[in-house]
Amino acid sequence: MSPAPTPSHTVGPFFGYALPFTGGADVAPPHHPDTLTLRGRVLDGDGQPVPDAIVETWQPAPDGSRTGAPGSMRRDAVTGRVVGRHGADFTGFGRVATDADGHWLVRTLPPGGVPYVCVAVFARGLLHHLYTRAYLVDDPDDALLAALPPRRRATLLARPEPGTPRVHRFDVRLQGAGETVFLEFP
Amino acid sequence: MTALPPDLTQSAIDTEIAKAQAAAHAGDHPPRDFPPYRGSALRHPTHPLIPVRDPEAVELTGPAFGVTDVTDLDRDLTRHHAGEPLGERITVTGRVLDRRGRPVRGQLVEIWQANASGRYAHQRDQHPAPLDPNFTGFGRCLTDDEGRYSFTTIRPGAYPWRNHTNAWRPAHIHFSLFGEAFTQRLVTQMYFPGDPLLPLDPILQSVTDPAARDRLVAAYDHGLSVPEWSLGYRWDIVLDGPAATWAENEEDDR
Ligand SMILES: [Fe+3]
Repeated sequence: MSPAPTPSHTVGPFFGYALPFTGGADVAPPHHPDTLTLRGRVLDGDGQPVPDAIVETWQPAPDGSRTGAPGSMRRDAVTGRVVGRHGADFTGFGRVATDADGHWLVRTLPPGGVPYVCVAVFARGLLHHLYTRAYLVDDPDDALLAALPPRRRATLLARPEPGTPRVHRFDVRLQGAGETVFLEFP
Repeated sequence: MTALPPDLTQSAIDTEIAKAQAAAHAGDHPPRDFPPYRGSALRHPTHPLIPVRDPEAVELTGPAFGVTDVTDLDRDLTRHHAGEPLGERITVTGRVLDRRGRPVRGQLVEIWQANASGRYAHQRDQHPAPLDPNFTGFGRCLTDDEGRYSFTTIRPGAYPWRNHTNAWRPAHIHFSLFGEAFTQRLVTQMYFPGDPLLPLDPILQSVTDPAARDRLVAAYDHGLSVPEWSLGYRWDIVLDGPAATWAENEEDDR
């Protein structure tokens, strides 16, 4: 018999000294020429910024590998401080808290084999986190995109910002006009 | 700070909780929209979630963590400063399983909590209870080969919040867990048995199934208590969500 799942709860407002870590936004090795920036805001049902959300990203390495690698939160064994990723292995994992304006940002490398970066959003007020995807390419063959009406589909597209093709904009609207498409994995 | 409406009493919230629980569909997880928890009002989606059944979905895999991500001291929250924190020293341990009952091995468990007085080491926590210079309240560890985690910490205090007049959160420890897939990600809170605030808390009560609520309450385990040192609590955790390593013909027996 399968054990019953432990219920989810909100991350609350006070995760800030615990979950974010130095270098959490820097998934790409420093100065990597293929680095792309994924940035956006988390907004509530009134269109107001959500300043106490945390955004996590997960994706394949550029070569398509999906195993990730340890070391996202690499620690100095002497001081215990976070020393950050060493950059040789691609960990695939990003974590960043929103700022007072609801803004978040990760610098990463293009995911191999798929057009999207997986996104999970946690926030005060959100009793169960939300999954979505930031599509870097509007892929006509993608089954999820193809199944959505155009206006909803548009919420999953991380569009290059004008003049800065390596900066992709992906706002997450938790509710209301332009509400982001959120996913479940039954 | 804005004033709360004068009629937003605990008994008004209790009535709202009873109503919301009666209207809810049974489920392991809370509905994202739970009106007695005021913070949820503008932060829950109104469209249904879109199910993804693609066996190639990247979310069926997840990030990896290892010994470089965690130091041995991280699991003992009482040893992060020069002195001993105030409060009742406790050990919290248990197993992390997936929904097939298999141990979740080598995965990251993170916890954070208020100090013994009910105050977080966070600038925005303005509860006029003392900060403890010897307690930050953040720990982490990796699960072992049986899926076990273990923390030494102090029992956190209850703290007030402004959901309604005289609202107090029961003592709790926040937990964040990874499984082998991003779909198994879990952020939740562990409570203590016998806490009189449990029935009054809109966040715990947002889990509308009483049996599911009980799964958020740890058990006091005298066998885990260490003589002259600490009291022991046991809390097992089951991660929901599928992973890529599950063969398709096993998917239905849940
Ligand atoms: Fe809390």
